[in-house]
Amino acid sequence: MSTRVYDCLKAIGEKIIENKDFLTELDREIGDADHGVNMARGFQSVIEKVSQDDPDIGAALKKTGMTLLSTVGGASGPLYGTAYMEAAKVFADKQTVTAEDFKAALEAAIAGIQKRGKAEKGEKTMLDSLLPALDAYSEKIAAGGSIVDGLDAACAAAREGIEFTKTIAATKGRASYLGDRSIGHQDPGATSATMTLEVIRDFLKG
Amino acid sequence: MKKLINGVDNIVDEMLDGMIAAYPKYLKRLDGFDVVVRAGGSDGKVALVSGGGSGHEPAHGGFVGKGMLDGAIAGAVFTSPTPDQIFEAIKAANGGKGVLLVIKNYTGDVMNFEMAADMARDEGIEVDQVITADDVAVENSTWTTGRRGIAGTIFVHKLAGACAEAGGDLAEVKRIAEKVIANVRSMGMAVDACTVPAAGKPSFDLAEDEIEIGIGIHGEPGVNREKIGSVNDIADKLLAKIFAEGIYNAGDEVAVMVNGMGGTPLMELFVANKHISEVLAGKNINVYKTLVGNYMTSLDMEGFSITLLKVDDELKKFLDAPADTPAFVQV
Repeated sequence: MSTRVYDCLKAIGEKIIENKDFLTELDREIGDADHGVNMARGFQSVIEKVSQDDPDIGAALKKTGMTLLSTVGGASGPLYGTAYMEAAKVFADKQTVTAEDFKAALEAAIAGIQKRGKAEKGEKTMLDSLLPALDAYSEKIAAGGSIVDGLDAACAAAREGIEFTKTIAATKGRASYLGDRSIGHQDPGATSATMTLEVIRDFLKG
Repeated sequence: MKKLINGVDNIVDEMLDGMIAAYPKYLKRLDGFDVVVRAGGSDGKVALVSGGGSGHEPAHGGFVGKGMLDGAIAGAVFTSPTPDQIFEAIKAANGGKGVLLVIKNYTGDVMNFEMAADMARDEGIEVDQVITADDVAVENSTWTTGRRGIAGTIFVHKLAGACAEAGGDLAEVKRIAEKVIANVRSMGMAVDACTVPAAGKPSFDLAEDEIEIGIGIHGEPGVNREKIGSVNDIADKLLAKIFAEGIYNAGDEVAVMVNGMGGTPLMELFVANKHISEVLAGKNINVYKTLVGNYMTSLDMEGFSITLLKVDDELKKFLDAPADTPAFVQV
Protein backbone atom coordinates (compact mmCIF):
# COMPACT_ATOMS: atom_id res chain seq x y z
CA MET A 1 0.00 0.00 0.00
CA SER A 2 2.78 2.42 0.70
CA THR A 3 3.82 1.87 -2.90
CA ARG A 4 0.34 2.95 -3.87
CA VAL A 5 0.40 6.11 -1.76
CA TYR A 6 3.78 6.93 -3.23
CA ASP A 7 2.39 6.54 -6.74
CA CYS A 8 -0.62 8.67 -5.88
CA LEU A 9 1.48 11.48 -4.40
CA LYS A 10 3.71 11.31 -7.46
CA ALA A 11 0.66 11.61 -9.70
CA ILE A 12 -0.51 14.68 -7.76
CA GLY A 13 2.95 16.19 -8.13
CA GLU A 14 3.08 15.50 -11.83
CA LYS A 15 -0.32 17.10 -12.33
CA ILE A 16 0.75 20.25 -10.45
CA ILE A 17 4.05 20.44 -12.33
CA GLU A 18 2.24 19.94 -15.63
CA ASN A 19 -0.04 22.87 -14.74
CA LYS A 20 2.72 25.14 -13.42
CA ASP A 21 2.24 27.83 -16.06
CA PHE A 22 -1.55 27.64 -15.94
CA LEU A 23 -1.66 28.10 -12.16
CA THR A 24 0.91 30.88 -12.32
CA GLU A 25 -1.06 32.68 -14.99
CA LEU A 26 -4.24 32.50 -12.87
CA ASP A 27 -2.23 34.01 -10.04
CA ARG A 28 -0.77 36.72 -12.27
CA GLU A 29 -4.28 38.01 -12.91
CA ILE A 30 -5.23 38.54 -9.27
CA GLY A 31 -2.18 37.80 -7.14
CA ASP A 32 1.56 37.80 -7.44
CA ALA A 33 2.15 35.32 -10.24
CA ASP A 34 3.90 32.58 -8.32
CA HIS A 35 1.36 29.90 -7.34
CA GLY A 36 2.32 27.43 -10.06
CA VAL A 37 6.04 28.12 -9.77
CA ASN A 38 6.02 27.65 -6.00
CA MET A 39 3.79 24.58 -5.98
CA ALA A 40 5.79 22.93 -8.76
CA ARG A 41 9.03 23.53 -6.86
CA GLY A 42 7.44 21.96 -3.78
CA PHE A 43 6.06 18.89 -5.51
CA GLN A 44 9.29 18.33 -7.42
CA SER A 45 10.87 18.02 -4.02
CA VAL A 46 8.04 15.76 -2.77
CA ILE A 47 8.56 13.40 -5.72
CA GLU A 48 12.26 13.22 -4.88
CA LYS A 49 11.80 12.72 -1.14
CA VAL A 50 8.76 10.50 -0.72
CA SER A 51 9.79 6.95 -1.34
CA GLN A 52 8.28 3.53 -1.66
CA ASP A 53 10.02 2.65 1.58
CA ASP A 54 7.86 4.96 3.65
CA PRO A 55 6.30 2.51 6.12
CA ASP A 56 2.69 3.68 5.96
CA ILE A 57 0.34 6.22 4.44
CA GLY A 58 0.64 8.51 7.42
CA ALA A 59 4.43 8.63 7.13
CA ALA A 60 4.29 9.42 3.42
CA LEU A 61 1.72 12.17 3.91
CA LYS A 62 3.66 13.65 6.80
CA LYS A 63 6.82 13.76 4.73
CA THR A 64 4.84 15.38 1.93
CA GLY A 65 3.52 18.05 4.29
CA MET A 66 6.92 18.79 5.79
CA THR A 67 8.48 18.98 2.34
CA LEU A 68 5.83 21.38 1.02
CA LEU A 69 6.22 23.47 4.14
CA SER A 70 9.95 23.83 3.61
CA THR A 71 9.99 24.34 -0.14
CA VAL A 72 6.87 26.15 -1.35
CA GLY A 73 6.89 29.37 0.65
CA GLY A 74 4.29 32.09 0.28
CA ALA A 75 0.83 31.30 1.63
CA SER A 76 0.43 28.01 -0.24
CA GLY A 77 3.34 26.35 1.57
CA PRO A 78 1.89 26.60 5.07
CA LEU A 79 -1.65 25.87 3.84
CA TYR A 80 -0.89 22.76 1.79
CA GLY A 81 1.83 21.70 4.23
CA THR A 82 -0.64 21.87 7.10
CA ALA A 83 -3.32 20.06 5.09
CA TYR A 84 -1.08 17.06 4.35
CA MET A 85 0.29 16.92 7.89
CA GLU A 86 -3.20 16.97 9.40
CA ALA A 87 -4.37 14.27 6.99
CA ALA A 88 -1.28 12.28 7.92
CA LYS A 89 -2.47 12.00 11.52
CA VAL A 90 -5.62 10.19 10.37
CA PHE A 91 -3.52 7.67 8.44
CA ALA A 92 -0.85 7.08 11.08
CA ASP A 93 0.29 3.43 10.87
CA LYS A 94 -2.33 2.67 8.22
CA GLN A 95 -1.69 0.78 4.99
CA THR A 96 -5.15 1.10 3.47
CA VAL A 97 -7.78 3.78 2.95
CA THR A 98 -11.43 3.38 3.87
CA ALA A 99 -14.18 5.76 2.82
CA GLU A 100 -14.52 6.88 6.45
CA ASP A 101 -10.77 7.45 6.81
CA PHE A 102 -10.74 9.57 3.71
CA LYS A 103 -13.57 11.68 5.07
CA ALA A 104 -11.76 12.13 8.38
CA ALA A 105 -8.56 13.07 6.55
CA LEU A 106 -10.32 15.60 4.35
CA GLU A 107 -12.00 17.07 7.42
CA ALA A 108 -8.70 17.29 9.27
CA ALA A 109 -6.93 18.85 6.30
CA ILE A 110 -9.63 21.49 5.87
CA ALA A 111 -9.70 22.25 9.60
CA GLY A 112 -5.92 22.77 9.45
CA ILE A 113 -6.22 25.08 6.46
CA GLN A 114 -8.93 27.10 8.19
CA LYS A 115 -6.95 27.40 11.39
CA ARG A 116 -3.80 28.48 9.57
CA GLY A 117 -5.44 30.75 7.02
CA LYS A 118 -8.26 32.08 9.20
CA ALA A 119 -10.59 31.93 6.23
CA GLU A 120 -14.22 30.97 5.75
CA LYS A 121 -16.23 29.89 2.75
CA GLY A 122 -16.89 32.69 0.28
CA GLU A 123 -13.57 34.50 0.57
CA LYS A 124 -12.25 33.33 -2.81
CA THR A 125 -9.81 30.75 -1.52
CA MET A 126 -9.18 27.02 -1.86
CA LEU A 127 -11.87 26.51 0.79
CA ASP A 128 -14.51 27.44 -1.77
CA SER A 129 -13.68 24.18 -3.52
CA LEU A 130 -12.73 22.07 -0.52
CA LEU A 131 -15.70 22.75 1.77
CA PRO A 132 -18.35 21.86 -0.86
CA ALA A 133 -16.21 18.86 -1.81
CA LEU A 134 -16.25 17.61 1.76
CA ASP A 135 -20.03 18.07 2.01
CA ALA A 136 -20.63 16.23 -1.26
CA TYR A 137 -18.27 13.44 -0.27
CA SER A 138 -19.84 12.99 3.16
CA GLU A 139 -23.35 12.91 1.75
CA LYS A 140 -22.40 10.30 -0.82
CA ILE A 141 -20.75 7.88 1.55
CA ALA A 142 -23.45 8.38 4.19
CA ALA A 143 -25.84 7.07 1.51
CA GLY A 144 -23.70 4.00 1.16
CA GLY A 145 -21.45 5.17 -1.68
CA SER A 146 -17.91 3.94 -2.13
CA ILE A 147 -14.80 6.10 -1.76
CA VAL A 148 -14.76 6.56 -5.54
CA ASP A 149 -18.45 7.54 -5.57
CA GLY A 150 -17.71 10.02 -2.85
CA LEU A 151 -14.74 11.44 -4.74
CA ASP A 152 -16.78 11.73 -7.93
CA ALA A 153 -19.27 13.88 -6.06
CA ALA A 154 -16.48 15.80 -4.32
CA CYS A 155 -14.71 16.60 -7.57
CA ALA A 156 -17.90 17.84 -9.19
CA ALA A 157 -18.58 20.06 -6.18
CA ALA A 158 -15.00 21.33 -6.19
CA ARG A 159 -15.30 22.25 -9.90
CA GLU A 160 -18.49 24.15 -9.08
CA GLY A 161 -16.54 25.81 -6.30
CA ILE A 162 -14.00 27.08 -8.83
CA GLU A 163 -16.84 28.55 -10.87
CA PHE A 164 -18.20 30.14 -7.69
CA THR A 165 -14.85 31.86 -7.02
CA LYS A 166 -15.21 33.67 -10.34
CA THR A 167 -18.36 35.37 -9.06
CA ILE A 168 -16.98 36.78 -5.81
CA ALA A 169 -14.36 39.28 -4.68
CA ALA A 170 -11.42 38.09 -2.63
CA THR A 171 -11.30 39.05 1.02
CA LYS A 172 -8.28 36.96 1.95
CA GLY A 173 -4.81 36.81 0.49
CA ARG A 174 -3.09 39.15 -1.92
CA ALA A 175 -6.06 39.22 -4.30
CA SER A 176 -8.05 41.01 -1.59
CA TYR A 177 -6.19 44.24 -2.40
CA LEU A 178 -7.94 44.25 -5.77
CA GLY A 179 -11.38 44.44 -4.22
CA ASP A 180 -14.08 44.01 -6.85
CA ARG A 181 -11.44 43.87 -9.57
CA SER A 182 -10.85 40.25 -8.53
CA ILE A 183 -14.37 39.29 -9.65
CA GLY A 184 -14.39 37.35 -12.90
CA HIS A 185 -11.16 35.51 -12.14
CA GLN A 186 -10.99 31.99 -10.78
CA ASP A 187 -8.99 31.39 -7.63
CA PRO A 188 -5.64 29.65 -8.21
CA GLY A 189 -5.77 27.88 -4.82
CA ALA A 190 -9.25 26.50 -5.45
CA THR A 191 -7.96 25.31 -8.81
CA SER A 192 -4.93 23.47 -7.46
CA ALA A 193 -7.02 21.97 -4.63
CA THR A 194 -9.56 20.66 -7.13
CA MET A 195 -6.81 19.20 -9.31
CA THR A 196 -5.51 17.36 -6.26
CA LEU A 197 -8.89 15.74 -5.55
CA GLU A 198 -9.29 14.80 -9.20
CA VAL A 199 -5.92 13.08 -9.32
CA ILE A 200 -6.78 11.07 -6.19
CA ARG A 201 -10.12 10.06 -7.71
CA ASP A 202 -8.57 9.07 -11.02
CA PHE A 203 -5.85 7.19 -9.20
CA LEU A 204 -8.33 5.20 -7.10
CA LYS A 205 -10.43 4.49 -10.18
CA GLY A 206 -7.42 3.43 -12.21
CA MET B 1 14.61 40.36 -20.24
CA LYS B 2 18.12 41.69 -19.71
CA LYS B 3 19.50 40.86 -16.27
CA LEU B 4 22.95 40.50 -14.76
CA ILE B 5 22.45 36.92 -13.61
CA ASN B 6 23.93 33.48 -14.13
CA GLY B 7 20.53 31.82 -14.19
CA VAL B 8 17.25 32.31 -12.39
CA ASP B 9 17.52 29.35 -10.04
CA ASN B 10 20.54 30.41 -7.99
CA ILE B 11 19.95 34.13 -7.65
CA VAL B 12 19.17 34.20 -3.94
CA ASP B 13 21.98 31.79 -3.09
CA GLU B 14 24.55 33.73 -5.11
CA MET B 15 23.32 37.05 -3.76
CA LEU B 16 23.72 35.90 -0.15
CA ASP B 17 27.21 34.55 -0.75
CA GLY B 18 28.07 37.84 -2.45
CA MET B 19 26.81 39.77 0.55
CA ILE B 20 28.89 37.66 2.90
CA ALA B 21 31.94 38.19 0.68
CA ALA B 22 31.34 41.94 0.81
CA TYR B 23 30.57 42.24 4.52
CA PRO B 24 32.37 39.52 6.47
CA LYS B 25 32.80 41.97 9.34
CA TYR B 26 29.03 42.22 9.70
CA LEU B 27 27.45 39.05 8.42
CA LYS B 28 27.72 35.31 8.40
CA ARG B 29 25.46 32.87 6.62
CA LEU B 30 23.97 29.83 8.30
CA ASP B 31 25.29 26.78 6.51
CA GLY B 32 22.70 25.36 4.16
CA PHE B 33 20.14 28.09 4.83
CA ASP B 34 19.17 31.38 3.25
CA VAL B 35 19.73 33.12 6.54
CA VAL B 36 22.24 35.77 7.58
CA VAL B 37 23.03 36.66 11.18
CA ARG B 38 25.48 39.00 12.86
CA ALA B 39 29.05 37.80 12.42
CA GLY B 40 29.69 38.45 16.11
CA GLY B 41 26.49 36.88 17.39
CA SER B 42 23.85 38.48 19.58
CA ASP B 43 24.53 37.17 23.08
CA GLY B 44 22.91 38.86 26.02
CA LYS B 45 20.36 40.96 24.18
CA VAL B 46 16.91 40.64 22.70
CA ALA B 47 17.30 39.56 19.08
CA LEU B 48 15.40 41.12 16.20
CA VAL B 49 14.70 38.84 13.26
CA SER B 50 13.03 39.90 10.02
CA GLY B 51 12.87 38.72 6.46
CA GLY B 52 10.64 38.16 3.51
CA GLY B 53 10.85 37.49 -0.15
CA SER B 54 14.04 38.52 -1.91
CA GLY B 55 14.12 41.41 -4.35
CA HIS B 56 13.83 44.16 -1.71
CA GLU B 57 17.55 44.59 -1.10
CA PRO B 58 19.15 45.94 0.95
CA ALA B 59 16.15 44.75 3.02
CA HIS B 60 16.47 42.77 5.07
CA GLY B 61 19.97 41.27 5.25
CA GLY B 62 21.59 44.66 4.71
CA PHE B 63 20.19 45.82 8.03
CA VAL B 64 21.71 43.03 10.09
CA GLY B 65 24.24 44.55 12.45
CA LYS B 66 24.73 46.55 15.59
CA GLY B 67 21.69 48.66 16.46
CA MET B 68 19.32 47.01 14.01
CA LEU B 69 18.60 43.36 13.13
CA ASP B 70 20.22 40.20 14.46
CA GLY B 71 19.08 37.88 11.71
CA ALA B 72 17.37 38.01 8.33
CA ILE B 73 15.81 35.33 6.16
CA ALA B 74 15.74 35.63 2.38
CA GLY B 75 12.89 33.82 0.63
CA ALA B 76 12.64 33.22 -3.10
CA VAL B 77 12.05 36.41 -5.09
CA PHE B 78 8.87 38.06 -3.75
CA THR B 79 7.95 34.83 -1.91
CA SER B 80 7.85 34.49 1.85
CA PRO B 81 10.58 32.32 3.33
CA THR B 82 9.56 28.95 4.73
CA PRO B 83 9.09 28.12 8.45
CA ASP B 84 12.16 25.87 8.67
CA GLN B 85 14.40 28.69 7.41
CA ILE B 86 12.82 31.20 9.80
CA PHE B 87 13.14 28.70 12.65
CA GLU B 88 16.88 28.38 11.98
CA ALA B 89 17.22 32.18 12.00
CA ILE B 90 15.40 32.41 15.32
CA LYS B 91 17.63 29.75 16.88
CA ALA B 92 20.82 31.31 15.55
CA ALA B 93 19.92 34.89 16.47
CA ASN B 94 18.62 34.03 19.93
CA GLY B 95 21.02 35.45 22.48
CA GLY B 96 19.12 34.09 25.43
CA LYS B 97 16.88 37.12 25.97
CA GLY B 98 14.13 36.28 23.51
CA VAL B 99 13.47 37.04 19.87
CA LEU B 100 11.17 39.62 18.31
CA LEU B 101 9.99 38.85 14.78
CA VAL B 102 9.34 41.86 12.53
CA ILE B 103 6.87 40.64 9.91
CA LYS B 104 5.55 42.61 6.96
CA ASN B 105 1.79 42.14 6.64
CA TYR B 106 1.33 39.63 3.83
CA THR B 107 -0.72 36.46 4.20
CA GLY B 108 2.20 34.15 3.44
CA ASP B 109 4.74 35.99 5.56
CA VAL B 110 2.48 36.03 8.60
CA MET B 111 1.67 32.30 8.30
CA ASN B 112 5.27 31.20 7.78
CA PHE B 113 6.66 33.36 10.58
CA GLU B 114 3.91 32.25 12.98
CA MET B 115 4.59 28.59 12.24
CA ALA B 116 8.30 29.16 12.85
CA ALA B 117 7.49 30.98 16.10
CA ASP B 118 5.47 27.94 17.23
CA MET B 119 8.39 25.67 16.42
CA ALA B 120 10.77 27.90 18.38
CA ARG B 121 8.45 28.06 21.39
CA ASP B 122 8.31 24.27 21.38
CA GLU B 123 12.07 24.39 21.89
CA GLY B 124 11.73 26.80 24.77
CA ILE B 125 12.79 29.98 22.96
CA GLU B 126 10.86 33.08 23.95
CA VAL B 127 9.42 34.55 20.75
CA ASP B 128 7.11 37.46 20.11
CA GLN B 129 6.15 39.31 16.96
CA VAL B 130 5.03 42.58 15.45
CA ILE B 131 3.40 43.05 12.07
CA THR B 132 4.13 46.15 10.02
CA ALA B 133 1.30 47.54 7.92
CA ASP B 134 2.29 51.07 6.93
CA ASP B 135 1.00 51.26 3.35
CA VAL B 136 -1.91 53.70 3.24
CA ALA B 137 -2.64 52.85 -0.39
CA VAL B 138 -4.47 49.76 0.79
CA GLU B 139 -7.62 50.13 2.82
CA ASN B 140 -7.53 48.49 6.18
CA SER B 141 -10.86 46.75 6.51
CA THR B 142 -12.35 43.41 7.29
CA TRP B 143 -12.64 42.98 3.55
CA THR B 144 -8.94 42.80 2.88
CA THR B 145 -5.94 41.10 4.39
CA GLY B 146 -5.13 44.50 5.86
CA ARG B 147 -2.51 47.03 4.93
CA ARG B 148 0.77 45.94 3.45
CA GLY B 149 4.07 46.36 5.22
CA ILE B 150 6.48 48.42 3.10
CA ALA B 151 9.35 50.88 3.65
CA GLY B 152 8.17 51.96 7.10
CA THR B 153 9.40 48.55 8.27
CA ILE B 154 12.95 49.92 8.15
CA PHE B 155 12.11 52.42 10.90
CA VAL B 156 10.92 49.47 13.02
CA HIS B 157 14.26 47.74 12.44
CA LYS B 158 16.11 50.93 13.39
CA LEU B 159 14.23 51.99 16.49
CA ALA B 160 13.35 48.60 17.98
CA GLY B 161 16.89 47.52 17.15
CA ALA B 162 18.27 50.49 19.09
CA CYS B 163 16.02 49.62 22.03
CA ALA B 164 17.29 46.03 22.02
CA GLU B 165 20.89 47.21 21.77
CA ALA B 166 20.28 49.49 24.77
CA GLY B 167 19.27 46.48 26.84
CA GLY B 168 15.49 46.65 26.57
CA ASP B 169 13.75 43.38 27.41
CA LEU B 170 11.48 41.62 24.93
CA ALA B 171 8.32 43.40 26.11
CA GLU B 172 10.04 46.78 25.93
CA VAL B 173 11.48 46.16 22.46
CA LYS B 174 8.05 45.05 21.30
CA ARG B 175 6.48 48.17 22.80
CA ILE B 176 8.87 50.40 20.86
CA ALA B 177 8.29 48.43 17.66
CA GLU B 178 4.52 48.84 18.08
CA LYS B 179 4.90 52.52 18.87
CA VAL B 180 6.78 52.96 15.60
CA ILE B 181 4.13 50.96 13.75
CA ALA B 182 1.39 53.17 15.20
CA ASN B 183 3.18 56.32 14.04
CA VAL B 184 4.56 55.35 10.64
CA ARG B 185 2.75 55.54 7.29
CA SER B 186 3.96 55.15 3.73
CA MET B 187 2.76 55.31 0.19
CA GLY B 188 4.52 54.48 -3.06
CA MET B 189 4.19 54.83 -6.79
CA ALA B 190 5.75 53.36 -9.91
CA VAL B 191 6.86 54.93 -13.14
CA ASP B 192 7.61 51.51 -14.55
CA ALA B 193 7.16 47.87 -13.49
CA CYS B 194 9.73 45.44 -12.18
CA THR B 195 10.67 42.18 -13.87
CA VAL B 196 10.79 39.07 -11.68
CA PRO B 197 13.69 37.03 -13.10
CA ALA B 198 11.76 33.74 -13.08
CA ALA B 199 8.83 35.40 -14.87
CA GLY B 200 11.04 37.07 -17.45
CA LYS B 201 8.62 39.84 -18.25
CA PRO B 202 7.39 42.97 -16.46
CA SER B 203 4.78 42.35 -13.74
CA PHE B 204 2.43 44.83 -15.36
CA ASP B 205 2.36 47.14 -18.31
CA LEU B 206 2.34 50.91 -18.11
CA ALA B 207 2.07 53.13 -21.17
CA GLU B 208 4.92 55.52 -21.89
CA ASP B 209 3.10 58.39 -20.13
CA GLU B 210 1.36 56.37 -17.38
CA ILE B 211 2.17 55.86 -13.71
CA GLU B 212 0.65 53.67 -10.98
CA ILE B 213 -0.14 55.45 -7.71
CA GLY B 214 -0.15 53.35 -4.56
CA ILE B 215 1.93 50.50 -5.95
CA GLY B 216 3.00 47.69 -3.60
CA ILE B 217 6.59 46.53 -3.31
CA HIS B 218 5.85 43.39 -5.34
CA GLY B 219 4.31 45.32 -8.18
CA GLU B 220 0.81 44.76 -6.85
CA PRO B 221 -1.69 47.22 -8.26
CA GLY B 222 -2.25 50.46 -6.45
CA VAL B 223 -4.99 52.97 -6.09
CA ASN B 224 -5.15 54.20 -9.62
CA ARG B 225 -3.35 54.49 -12.88
CA GLU B 226 -2.94 57.93 -14.36
CA LYS B 227 -0.96 60.20 -16.67
CA ILE B 228 2.42 61.16 -15.34
CA GLY B 229 2.77 64.67 -13.92
CA SER B 230 5.66 66.51 -12.28
CA VAL B 231 7.36 64.84 -9.33
CA ASN B 232 5.98 67.64 -7.15
CA ASP B 233 2.44 66.73 -8.18
CA ILE B 234 3.10 63.04 -7.61
CA ALA B 235 4.63 63.67 -4.18
CA ASP B 236 1.59 65.82 -3.30
CA LYS B 237 -0.73 62.90 -4.11
CA LEU B 238 1.23 60.47 -1.97
CA LEU B 239 1.47 62.95 0.88
CA ALA B 240 -2.25 63.75 0.70
CA LYS B 241 -3.11 60.09 1.41
CA ILE B 242 -0.58 59.98 4.24
CA PHE B 243 -1.84 63.24 5.78
CA ALA B 244 -5.42 61.95 5.54
CA GLU B 245 -4.49 59.51 8.31
CA GLY B 246 -4.67 62.45 10.71
CA ILE B 247 -1.47 61.44 12.48
CA TYR B 248 0.79 64.26 11.30
CA ASN B 249 -0.28 67.71 12.42
CA ALA B 250 1.11 71.22 12.80
CA GLY B 251 3.69 71.29 15.55
CA ASP B 252 4.58 67.61 15.18
CA GLU B 253 8.05 66.32 14.46
CA VAL B 254 8.64 63.62 11.85
CA ALA B 255 11.34 61.47 10.37
CA VAL B 256 11.07 61.24 6.58
CA MET B 257 12.14 58.42 4.30
CA VAL B 258 12.21 58.96 0.57
CA ASN B 259 12.73 55.41 -0.61
CA GLY B 260 13.77 54.38 -4.10
CA MET B 261 12.14 51.28 -5.60
CA GLY B 262 15.39 50.12 -7.19
CA GLY B 263 15.37 51.64 -10.64
CA THR B 264 15.07 55.34 -9.82
CA PRO B 265 18.17 57.56 -9.68
CA LEU B 266 19.01 59.23 -6.37
CA MET B 267 18.90 62.52 -8.24
CA GLU B 268 15.15 62.11 -8.69
CA LEU B 269 14.70 61.08 -5.06
CA PHE B 270 16.44 64.25 -3.93
CA VAL B 271 14.28 66.34 -6.25
CA ALA B 272 11.25 64.71 -4.62
CA ASN B 273 12.65 65.36 -1.17
CA LYS B 274 13.10 69.07 -1.89
CA HIS B 275 9.38 69.35 -2.43
CA ILE B 276 8.45 67.02 0.44
CA SER B 277 10.51 69.10 2.87
CA GLU B 278 8.85 72.28 1.63
CA VAL B 279 5.36 70.82 1.97
CA LEU B 280 6.10 69.70 5.52
CA ALA B 281 7.54 73.12 6.40
CA GLY B 282 4.40 74.72 4.95
CA LYS B 283 2.31 72.59 7.30
CA ASN B 284 4.50 73.57 10.23
CA ILE B 285 5.64 69.96 10.66
CA ASN B 286 9.27 69.84 11.72
CA VAL B 287 11.54 67.38 9.92
CA TYR B 288 13.76 65.84 12.59
CA LYS B 289 15.67 63.51 10.29
CA THR B 290 15.53 62.56 6.61
CA LEU B 291 16.66 59.38 4.89
CA VAL B 292 16.91 59.37 1.11
CA GLY B 293 17.96 56.23 -0.71
CA ASN B 294 17.17 52.65 -1.64
CA TYR B 295 16.04 50.95 1.58
CA MET B 296 13.11 48.74 0.57
CA THR B 297 13.33 48.15 -3.15
CA SER B 298 11.27 46.20 -5.61
CA LEU B 299 13.88 44.73 -7.96
CA ASP B 300 14.27 47.12 -10.89
CA MET B 301 10.99 48.95 -10.43
CA GLU B 302 11.16 52.64 -11.17
CA GLY B 303 9.39 54.72 -8.59
CA PHE B 304 9.57 55.74 -4.97
CA SER B 305 7.70 55.76 -1.71
CA ILE B 306 7.37 58.39 0.97
CA THR B 307 7.33 57.38 4.64
CA LEU B 308 6.59 59.62 7.59
CA LEU B 309 7.25 58.62 11.19
CA LYS B 310 5.98 60.89 13.93
CA VAL B 311 8.60 61.07 16.66
CA ASP B 312 8.58 62.12 20.30
CA ASP B 313 11.55 62.33 22.65
CA GLU B 314 11.59 58.58 23.23
CA LEU B 315 11.52 57.68 19.54
CA LYS B 316 14.08 60.40 18.73
CA LYS B 317 16.48 58.82 21.19
CA PHE B 318 16.24 55.46 19.40
CA LEU B 319 16.31 57.09 15.98
CA ASP B 320 19.55 58.86 16.89
CA ALA B 321 21.23 55.84 18.48
CA PRO B 322 24.25 54.50 16.61
CA ALA B 323 23.83 51.75 14.04
CA ASP B 324 26.44 49.84 12.12
CA THR B 325 25.09 47.57 9.38
CA PRO B 326 26.01 47.02 5.73
CA ALA B 327 23.21 49.27 4.48
CA PHE B 328 22.79 51.75 7.30
CA VAL B 329 25.58 53.31 9.31
CA GLN B 330 25.08 56.05 11.85
CA VAL B 331 27.69 57.12 14.36
